[in-house]
Amino acid sequence: MQAMSDDDLDLNDLTDDELVSQMHDDLYDGLAEEIVEGTNILLERGWPAEKVLSDALVEGMRIVGIDFRDGILFVPEVLLAANAMKGGMAVLRPLLAETGAERVGTVVIGTVKGDIHDIGKNLVAMMLEGAGFEVIDLGINNPVESYLAALEEHSPDILGMSALLTTTMPYMKVVIDTMVEQGIRDDYIVLVGGAPLNEEFGKAVGADAYCRDAAVAAETAQALVLARRAAASAS
Amino acid sequence: MQQLLHPDAEPVFEAERPEVLVLACGAIAREVLAVIAMNGWEHVTVRCLPAKLHTTPRKIPAAVDHKLTELAGRYERTFVAYADCGTAGALEPVLERHGVERLPGAHCYGFLAGNDAWEAIQEQDPATFYLTDFLARHFEALVWRGLGLDRHPELLPDLFGNYRRLVYLAQTDDQGLLARAQDAAQRLGLAFEHRRTGYGELIPALQRFVGHGEGGDSPLRGQSPTHA
Repeated sequence: MQAMSDDDLDLNDLTDDELVSQMHDDLYDGLAEEIVEGTNILLERGWPAEKVLSDALVEGMRIVGIDFRDGILFVPEVLLAANAMKGGMAVLRPLLAETGAERVGTVVIGTVKGDIHDIGKNLVAMMLEGAGFEVIDLGINNPVESYLAALEEHSPDILGMSALLTTTMPYMKVVIDTMVEQGIRDDYIVLVGGAPLNEEFGKAVGADAYCRDAAVAAETAQALVLARRAAASAS
Repeated sequence: MQQLLHPDAEPVFEAERPEVLVLACGAIAREVLAVIAMNGWEHVTVRCLPAKLHTTPRKIPAAVDHKLTELAGRYERTFVAYADCGTAGALEPVLERHGVERLPGAHCYGFLAGNDAWEAIQEQDPATFYLTDFLARHFEALVWRGLGLDRHPELLPDLFGNYRRLVYLAQTDDQGLLARAQDAAQRLGLAFEHRRTGYGELIPALQRFVGHGEGGDSPLRGQSPTHA
């Protein structure tokens, strides 16, 4: 029997488990059309949008993140995977809004002043959304005033700051120090991330946590929000 | 000089009287050699780490540590021709352990343009992508192919959509490199600026280090080929 080539593969012929596994492979390979098709098939089979998002897309992207961290994948491959995931998210987003699923929390996120790099920040925003957060993305080059205005307007659970440059990452401390001066620091969970940062830096600037990649950011955000709510209800 | 052309190369330029070592980033090897030549230093050996480390700064501290350990005791004095170079301070403890100094500033863009001048450029518009002579020469390999744009041109907006201009910090008057830098800006869809920097703070930094061992600051025995 002649082996079936990838081109001949019909996603409709796969079982649910096979299809999810195939979608992980397709995300890894950055195949946006296949991700959209797989997303639609799972929905047609009666999968809730939340389950498609978490099992097929977020889990697939988590695998991509691990291989990026381990030096197996590089920036172009991660961007292609992210763009593929965006295709699936575009299908799911209106459905998630319709079902009115309760949000885990709200995050205000942005790259700090002087820094225009947003690849990592965009990945984090996408993974946070995948984890059930409402994400307010302030974009790039944000002065402290932008962060403070967004905190006041959206009352998020979390403030996330990103930087790629060693020359701009100290600005995170400017933002956190200003929050302390205004007496609002403890009203929010502050997460920081970016290629040149590390845990020690996160502690030094007064953040609640440093997140080394997008998947860790989503896990940390969930854990800290839940812990804060548990502490609030216990007191 | 051909061995300098490859970003993976680790060229060694042994001096006639090898007393002083400059352990340099391969991306500035030509510039370090030019400053040595213009000062007529015959006792300064230059050893380079691969220029491609420029794009993976997390690997720089370990690479420097390994090379300094390997060469310990072989030269009377050693200088590291790296700035912080994106290591976020991780190079400092390595240098302290070996008792070695480095170039001032955050990046090669800074010490080549002059750190104050570079900060002013960056302050004026953070949406600036920089090329030096080295990066103009290796744009195709390190930037275009390195970021996958040869295979996936559709990623250009993701990778460069936030940039507005490309500033070419030129160390020399090389019309070929100027044309390459202009072409790079066009391919990336960025406005182009050309600033002739010469060797910037590389000259005084090396003179302070090499001259210090000779009993004081050495006088300038040559001139940068260009002056900003």
